[in-house]
Amino acid sequence: MSEVIKRRAETRMVPVPSHSIVPERDLGSQPVLETHHLGIEFGGLKAVDDFNLTIGRTEIAGLIGPNGAGKTTVFNLLTKVYQPTTGTVLVNGRDTSGMNIVQASRLGLARTFQNIRLFSNMTVEENVRIGLHNQISYGMFSGILRLPAYWKKEKQQHEQALELLSIFDMQDLADVQASSLPYGAQRRLEIVRALATNPSLLLLDEPAAGMNPHETEELMENIIRIRDRFQIAVLLIEHDMRLVMGICEGICVLNYGKVIAKGTADEIQNNPVVIEAYLGRRKEG
Amino acid sequence: MKTKRSKLIYNCVTFGIIIAAFILMQLMLSAGSLSRTMKGQLIPICCWIVMAVSLNLVIGISGELSLGHAGFMSVGAFTGIVVSGWLLNAFQMENTLLRLVIAMAAGGLMAGLAGVVIGIPVLRLRGDYLAIVTLAFGEIIRNVLNCVYASVEGTSLRLGFLNPNLPGTLLLNGPNGAVKVGKIATFEAGFILILITLVVVLNLVNSRSGRAIMAIRDNRIAAESMGIPITKYKMMAFVTSAVLAGMAGALYGLNFSTLVPGKFKFDQSINVLVFVVLGGIGNILGSIISATVLTILPEVLRTFADYRMLVYAVVLIVVMITTNNPKLQSLLRTPAQRLKQLFRRKQPADGEKGGQAA
Amino acid sequence: MVFLSNLVNGISLGSIYAIIALGYTMVYGIAKMLNFAHGDVIMVGAYIAFCALQYWNLHPLVALLLAMVFCTLLGITIEGLAYRPLRRATSLAVLITAIGMSYLLQNLALLIWGATPKNFPGLFSLGAVSLFSGQLKISGNTLLTIAANIVIMIALTTFTAKTKLGKAMRCVSENRGAAELMGINVNRTISATFAIGSALAAIAGVLLCSAYPTLQPTTGSMPGIKAFTAAVFGGIGSIPGAMIGGILLGVIEILGKAYISTELGDAIVFAVLIVVLLVRPTGLLGKAVREKV
Repeated sequence: MSEVIKRRAETRMVPVPSHSIVPERDLGSQPVLETHHLGIEFGGLKAVDDFNLTIGRTEIAGLIGPNGAGKTTVFNLLTKVYQPTTGTVLVNGRDTSGMNIVQASRLGLARTFQNIRLFSNMTVEENVRIGLHNQISYGMFSGILRLPAYWKKEKQQHEQALELLSIFDMQDLADVQASSLPYGAQRRLEIVRALATNPSLLLLDEPAAGMNPHETEELMENIIRIRDRFQIAVLLIEHDMRLVMGICEGICVLNYGKVIAKGTADEIQNNPVVIEAYLGRRKEG
Repeated sequence: MKTKRSKLIYNCVTFGIIIAAFILMQLMLSAGSLSRTMKGQLIPICCWIVMAVSLNLVIGISGELSLGHAGFMSVGAFTGIVVSGWLLNAFQMENTLLRLVIAMAAGGLMAGLAGVVIGIPVLRLRGDYLAIVTLAFGEIIRNVLNCVYASVEGTSLRLGFLNPNLPGTLLLNGPNGAVKVGKIATFEAGFILILITLVVVLNLVNSRSGRAIMAIRDNRIAAESMGIPITKYKMMAFVTSAVLAGMAGALYGLNFSTLVPGKFKFDQSINVLVFVVLGGIGNILGSIISATVLTILPEVLRTFADYRMLVYAVVLIVVMITTNNPKLQSLLRTPAQRLKQLFRRKQPADGEKGGQAA
Repeated sequence: MVFLSNLVNGISLGSIYAIIALGYTMVYGIAKMLNFAHGDVIMVGAYIAFCALQYWNLHPLVALLLAMVFCTLLGITIEGLAYRPLRRATSLAVLITAIGMSYLLQNLALLIWGATPKNFPGLFSLGAVSLFSGQLKISGNTLLTIAANIVIMIALTTFTAKTKLGKAMRCVSENRGAAELMGINVNRTISATFAIGSALAAIAGVLLCSAYPTLQPTTGSMPGIKAFTAAVFGGIGSIPGAMIGGILLGVIEILGKAYISTELGDAIVFAVLIVVLLVRPTGLLGKAVREKV
């Protein structure tokens, strides 16, 4: 007993620095993602430190920052590729501590990769079907013995894969080998594949990289369309400021692993700290 | 293998070739036009085809290099021999077909169990480390089998480890291997085993589970991010392959009157690996053809007994270099192919990975 | 005392494994390939030394030197003919080629020297050393093996740390592309690695056959696999790792055979490898590589 009392006496309570913003329409529902004091060290170097972010249920949020700021590391922390050294991640209100990549995916996180990671020896449709793996499922023996479940679910997978591909008008490419797609189409396929897992938060790592202005324009429209149609949240990392400022509602700016600013597109554009650390120096946007 | 249709054609061709070959062999057998050595090779060829196809499931489809496949074969072989001997001696089961089926099922089961036990530690490792550990397991299996003794007393099966003094009729005699095996394997059983193997492997590849296995091969992290449990699917490929190898082993073991564990050395695993690589990684039909050709070839070359392994080694090296060296490949490209390319301009270049087929 | 004697024998056998493992590990570190033919280079080295001693009656040192020179040339030739054309091929293609090379060497040896095992004459007739008033006897050969191992270890460490070629080897092993851009001749560096590895294999072959005098075309394959295991055990690519792995493996093998079971000796060795890899997936001294996402 005495030990307990003593320990509590030493505890000092501090206020949590949480000035999270979410779109007004999402105020009524639980945020899709909350991180508290998230951080990771690689051999003493704090790659991400005290990262706090809240994303509303249908928000399109942006994560920006100069190269090496730790943006992709944040994605890797959220999706459990790395285990954080400090802090917690809540997805749909569930603590993800101790979970692995697969469990995080089942909670509703899906992502694309900065350096495209398609299943390159498989067709476009098969790539999407991998996304549908946990959505439309049947067992190994149904597959080997071609039981009725096999035919039924294969048909469902096929139909749903084509429907998802039609978002980006890619249904005609279903039988093409993924690696032979042009670069922009590969990025779009990654998004479709991620969508197939039926996520509540879609994480896009530089979705517009390598796209021409016209393709980027289309991508922006499509991201909004996806959000509207599936009623999901999107968090994206992007260097193309036209895209970020054009569609992101809440924006978080990262530099040297620390959040230096958070706010709406207008607030970020006029924030002197951001301009100095990022926009000003790179003379962009 | 791109569209659904070409997959279907590929599968039909594979089955068609196997069935046609079987009918041809049956005709030649009844006409008596097969030499004795060829007749003796029929069942081993079936076994090596199954071995090659099942190893291709691990190497080509699952993308892991396994160097201990003969280990599973030996587990199946000795299980099959013991079970068959037990059934015969203890229960007077004279029906050889039933005995063969039970023995093969038991061989597959035990090899599958070995696959689970080995897979759990092995599949945590990657690349060359995984390869060396499978090699180590293959050697351990051989070493352990060298110490196993079995006998039948009445209706009960006695097993001894490092203990040769067993009562009753001896079935397994440690390093001296199996004694007085009933030669009950048949070519028909081998043919059916090949069909089963093809159905299992080809249907698995074209199903949800098979796609998950290939996704892990192509990109582990992306597959994981899509919610695919890596270990489960790697295990699935590994254990399925082990079961098939075990069944092939049982058939193989019951085709000889004696068999020693030393028969399944590391070299045998390597031989199967050579079948797979020369037949084309991931190419099931290729595995079947190369397993057949490379099993018959040494028998045909028996007249050059002293030089045949030498020739084999040189051929192996030359084939690997010619199929994998970009400079040589472009040199070897025949004028006809160049013309073809001229006409079919702007075709995407052949993937480097596609160049494995011999 | 029996334990001590077993331990010394283990270290001696382990020293042979270590010398072979060095060849594996250096080649793996630099050319990123599993050179399965390495074990057979050992066998060739032993045969050359055997011929020099038995047929040409040369001095043991000259015989050893001859074996080393021959194996060096053999290693360079193998690399140039079979492995160099596959520099950019998949690792599986290189592995199969190496296996083909292993078959080739074994069958050439079979043609030249026949299948009947040759009895390898002792290289040096050194007296045994008696310790603890004769209770512990260590043969001269054992001592020589351990001494050779220590000398080779020191020489190799100095070589890779101090000389220009050694530094080039380390560069190529870290990043071949960057090394090439810095003007290092990658092909020559890899050749040199094969040369060193093969010369060591010759020494190992002679030492191995001095301790276990049966020489036949397959003599090299099992020690080759064990040494390869030792290299992985210590962390493949690491020179001190190969040393530690080799000696530990030898000690485990001898002690396992003495105290657990003679029949299961090899199984114990491989089981230890598996356990080590499960605890440290890249071996004792291997570097863990993190995949960038």
